[in-house]
Amino acid sequence: MTTVPASRTVSDRHRWRNILLTLLTYLIALAFLFPLVWMILNAFKTEAQAFATPPVFFFTPILDNFQRALPTYLPALRNSLIAALGSTLLAFILGLPAAFALAVYPTRRAQGVLTWMLSTKFMPAVGVIVPLFLLFRNLGLLDTLPGLILMYTTMNLPLVVWMMHSYMSEIPFAIYEAAKVDGASVAQEFFGIALPLSMPGIAATALLALIFAWNEVFFALNLTSADAAPLSVFIGEFKTSQGLFWAQLSAAATLTVLPVLVFGWIAQRQLVRGLSFGAVK
Amino acid sequence: MTTAQSLPTTTTRVPPAPKRGIRLTPAALIWPAMLYLILTTQVPFFMTVYYSFFRYNLVDPTSRPFIGLENYQNLLTDPQNLRILLNTVVLAGGTLILTLIIGGALALLLNRNFLGRALLRTLLISSFLVMPIVTAVIWKNMLLSPTSGLFAWVSQSFGQAPVDWLGQHPMLSVIMMITWEWTPFAALILLTGLQSLPDDQIEAARLDGASPWQEFQHIVLPHWMQAIQVVVLMETIALLQVYGEIYGSTSGGPGIATTNLPYFIYQKAFAEYNIGLASAAGVLTVIFTNILAVYLLRLISRTTASNRGG
Repeated sequence: MTTVPASRTVSDRHRWRNILLTLLTYLIALAFLFPLVWMILNAFKTEAQAFATPPVFFFTPILDNFQRALPTYLPALRNSLIAALGSTLLAFILGLPAAFALAVYPTRRAQGVLTWMLSTKFMPAVGVIVPLFLLFRNLGLLDTLPGLILMYTTMNLPLVVWMMHSYMSEIPFAIYEAAKVDGASVAQEFFGIALPLSMPGIAATALLALIFAWNEVFFALNLTSADAAPLSVFIGEFKTSQGLFWAQLSAAATLTVLPVLVFGWIAQRQLVRGLSFGAVK
Repeated sequence: MTTAQSLPTTTTRVPPAPKRGIRLTPAALIWPAMLYLILTTQVPFFMTVYYSFFRYNLVDPTSRPFIGLENYQNLLTDPQNLRILLNTVVLAGGTLILTLIIGGALALLLNRNFLGRALLRTLLISSFLVMPIVTAVIWKNMLLSPTSGLFAWVSQSFGQAPVDWLGQHPMLSVIMMITWEWTPFAALILLTGLQSLPDDQIEAARLDGASPWQEFQHIVLPHWMQAIQVVVLMETIALLQVYGEIYGSTSGGPGIATTNLPYFIYQKAFAEYNIGLASAAGVLTVIFTNILAVYLLRLISRTTASNRGG
């Protein structure tokens, strides 16, 4: 106990350093959150307040902007919901069986197939957009929701296969072996074991796929214009608003961003795993 | 592609029970997904390659002469296009470096125990979840605008003239915007990488009298390399494809100051209807990106393979 004085000064210095570092962490995090906070605040101001210099920090919140944004927001919301849900569903219908087969019946080629599927995700959209545009035009798919769903499925299918393969590989192999001994068919293994046991993985992957489809911009802007325009196209129309509709824009943007934020906060840990394709868990 | 013939290599001691009705084989489960991806990615890409050898403009769709490599020659010899290539690299590289530095610092800061850590970690991802076009429109109007933007007000409060960010420093503005979006990604991947570092290694180094810098250099950094590689490769591939942020803020301007390859292709194809040239640029972008993707795929396969082994 002779070292108490020395260790106290060291721990004092440590404590101060810790407090400062924590403050710094909070400051940086606040700086990153600020643009969003500002957007949400502006959504509750009058147009004049939203555009005012110096900026207005204290005001009586109003809901008029949301009301005014709704008539144009709702059709876009409907399109975004259909495109995101439809493409996620299709990606799962195609991807779950593939993930199951690759995880439970791994052949020498399994890793190659997986890698190839992932590689299609790194195909820049600009490398395929020109023929897709012409094809869609000839097939009557331009500015339609089925067209958008087709492309979003392409975007999400490799993610679904890759993620679900990773989750299904974690199911103990002995369970499948036992089922086989009992004479279970491939279909029974799939519906009876793999699907129920990977439900948490399915939920996390679905959330990721929905977020990616919801936020997609490139295909939305180039393959839709009016009838099938999702939220990204709707917000894009505000790009030259020059201070005329900032409050209304903020309200529309808040409505667009909020669902993804809430889902993203809930699934934050799975998000990290999904974003790195399982390379960082 | 002979997956159809591949049989399960797992040892099943009991022969499978006789099947009735439709018989599902593992290969039959893989093919629908494979076919879908081939039809929607490989086939259009080969069509892009095909179009790139023609002079093909939608304004005059009847004449479509084969011109060999002329589109590529035009792309690679026009000095303006070198600027676009440079813009693409500066935008991706600049953002990558900034997100690594800020994200790395944030990861180190968040890897400590303090009150509200879990909450901050959760909230931090927010800017990454925002739709790119929302980011662009919000930053352009409410933050960067020289008349009523918040940044203009801040510089005026410090007695400085307001800066016309998008007019005077367009590339820097776009980089700032995209850095805001991608820093949480870097921070969270790097944080996850840090958390798998065993505490006893750091304790051992401290007992040996290592300085914080030595500790960082010899223990943290080597352990961090894999997470850093993932961030570098994933971000590079994503940042080479930045489109919505530019579309919503600068529209590639002023002039071509913020036009990158994807935005250039969009303009050629959908404003000038120059299908041939846009296709050639698309092919070059794919080649460019794939060189990087090969390294990324090798890295991911290696780590997932080793995870399974361990």
